[in-house]
Amino acid sequence: MAESVALDQPLDESTARKGRSPGQDAWREFRRNRIGVAGLIFIIFIILVAIFAPLMSPYGYATQNNLNSRAKPMTAYTITTDYLPNCHWAGTPLEWGCTIFFTGSDALGRDLWSRTVYGTRVSISIALVASTVSLLIGSIYGTVSGYAGGRIDNFMMRIVDFLYAVPILPLIILMQVYFKALARQGVREGLTGAIIELNQQMGGMLFLFIALGALNWIGMSRMARGQVLSYKNKEFIEAAHMIGASNSRIIFRHLMPNILGPLLIAETLAIPGYIFTEAVLSFIGLGVNPPTPSWGQMISEGYQGLRSNPHLVLVPGAALTILTLAFNFMGDGLRDAFDPKLRGRK
Amino acid sequence: MSENGTLIKVDKLTKHFPITRGIIIQREVGAVQAVDKVSFEIRKGETLGLVGESGCGKSTTGRTILQLYRPTSGKVYYGDADLTELKGEELRRMRRNMQMIFQDPYASLNPRLTVGNIVSEPLEVHSIGNARERRERVQELLRLVGLSPHMINRYPHEFSGGQRQRIGVARALALQPEFIVCDEPISALDVSIQAQVVNLLEELQETFGLTYLFIAHDLSMVRHISDRTAVMYLGKVVELATRNELYTHPLHPYTQALLSAVPIPDPSKEGKRQRIILEGDVPSPANPPKGCRFHPRCPLAIDICREVEPEWREVAPDHWVACHLV
Ligand SMILES: Nc1ncnc2c1ncn2[C@@H]1O[C@H](COP(=O)(O)OP(=O)(O)OP(=O)(O)O)[C@@H](O)[C@H]1O
Ligand code: SF4
Ligand SMILES: [Mg+2]
Repeated sequence: MAESVALDQPLDESTARKGRSPGQDAWREFRRNRIGVAGLIFIIFIILVAIFAPLMSPYGYATQNNLNSRAKPMTAYTITTDYLPNCHWAGTPLEWGCTIFFTGSDALGRDLWSRTVYGTRVSISIALVASTVSLLIGSIYGTVSGYAGGRIDNFMMRIVDFLYAVPILPLIILMQVYFKALARQGVREGLTGAIIELNQQMGGMLFLFIALGALNWIGMSRMARGQVLSYKNKEFIEAAHMIGASNSRIIFRHLMPNILGPLLIAETLAIPGYIFTEAVLSFIGLGVNPPTPSWGQMISEGYQGLRSNPHLVLVPGAALTILTLAFNFMGDGLRDAFDPKLRGRK
Repeated sequence: MSENGTLIKVDKLTKHFPITRGIIIQREVGAVQAVDKVSFEIRKGETLGLVGESGCGKSTTGRTILQLYRPTSGKVYYGDADLTELKGEELRRMRRNMQMIFQDPYASLNPRLTVGNIVSEPLEVHSIGNARERRERVQELLRLVGLSPHMINRYPHEFSGGQRQRIGVARALALQPEFIVCDEPISALDVSIQAQVVNLLEELQETFGLTYLFIAHDLSMVRHISDRTAVMYLGKVVELATRNELYTHPLHPYTQALLSAVPIPDPSKEGKRQRIILEGDVPSPANPPKGCRFHPRCPLAIDICREVEPEWREVAPDHWVACHLV
């Protein structure tokens, strides 16, 4: 092994072997997990779809064609001259690009394929923003609480306990109802007005972000605190105190990198929940604002005609299921890779 | 061997850990008396051994001296400075002179940092040198502790216990301290590697004139390395003497019992060795016995031992003991 290298030999940077960090080890382990990797690839694909949605959809998500409402999949598009300008593929007007509905159209004659493609934007933004918000708030809150210890910890955790006992979902629903009512009344003044305005511009997603982030940071902060407690009395933390490292250095350089793995995994596994909650809220009309397409809302619009037009539910439903599964598979794969106790092979 | 100047003076040092109950309002219902009114000196350039059973407060003593734990009462003087009064930046600067080597080589290195980062962190924290100088210094330190500088980019999990302990030593040396607390630095290592690490520590002491507080849980381990040895029992130092004095004329019954358990290398004497078997278990430091803390297990205990705490006094030059019978 490397011990045989002569000690007094001058160091040549190029021969100093790069070590493998625990993170790199976990990544190697993850790559062996086929289902996890498939989930990851699918998620990356969906993110690309969300970014390049205009390139993947022949129509705008709000473009209506009342000559073709509730069209079955693969039916031809009835082109009249006044619809022709709406007809484009990747921005270029193309007559054949609009000749067919891949997956049919909804009650207003909007292309279901285009709406499903644009729907990825809602689900992916919810997934990314809600998880980032909850991870940031939760890990900082939990770390501060656990690291401070004593009275401060006690106080901060009692707040968390209290919030845990409050039924947050009904609160979110109330909040949504309230703001939506104000928005309908056309309130534009003051802070409420500004919030409503911003929410409108984000297609109604602002409240969803806030709501979902708020729903989940609590669990996250408890977990972060537990992790911190298990590390803060480790000798390497004492060693850091001994060399005079500041508290922020200890938190960010020594604690955070060690506790972040499990938190990230927990957050990944929580994402399907966010996507689902968004779908549920949109289903009951408290999610994004029409005409922004969200899968939950599409299901809600389609389910009344379920018997005659099952595709209106099946298409967004399938998209929702597959994306959720992909996040679950990836999360499981990450957990197996990061937790050596669950590792089967070596 | 040791110069006579005092480097560290520990005066009635006490550390109690409160035991609390209650969820919202925490009440103190008692205290673990981990270290109780301990006094001794550490001289420049010497190795003071600190020996005692598990849980008797050795690590707590070391940590409280270094102000990793703030003492409940008592003083620690480093030269003229009272460490217990120092705070913030002053304490940080003072810490450059004092370091610690830890017992568990697996827990004492951050698994997410490379060896290079671990050893250079003290230099970074105290803004010593630029990146290139620090890197050179790290390589020099690694060489000094017998590791190849080629290992600079590796992570702790790629090393054996002995190598990790050497990394810990390199980190402790980075700031060129005068005083190092070695908290059972070898007890987690294989016997074959223990001697190597002890030899390394001795060489470093000679080269840099280091002063050690060397903690161990049995007398045979410190016999080799220490100049003077202190024996601890249940939060108290019960006897302190130069190495030869302590091993040949132990005065405290507890020291005598400990020594009787150490095998004698001379076979003619080993046969005659009388083991003193102590009865009972070590009482809890949360509720230590009144009077002499050793009395429930002391074979020589007399009435006064149960009531009055024996005084800590120098019974012969450089030989301190706390026992009514001495
Ligand atoms: N942070 C702490 N909080 C509460 N009690 C503590 C703490 N650290 C140590 N103790 C208690 O103080 C007593 C002395 O502990 P210490 O670690 O100093 O013993 P030790 O002599 O180093 O033992 P060992 O040989 O096992 O390392 C023990 O009873 C222990 O339970
Ligand atoms: S004081 Fe008494 S009980 Fe304590 S060690 Fe001496 S003889 Fe034993
Ligand atoms: Mg200890």
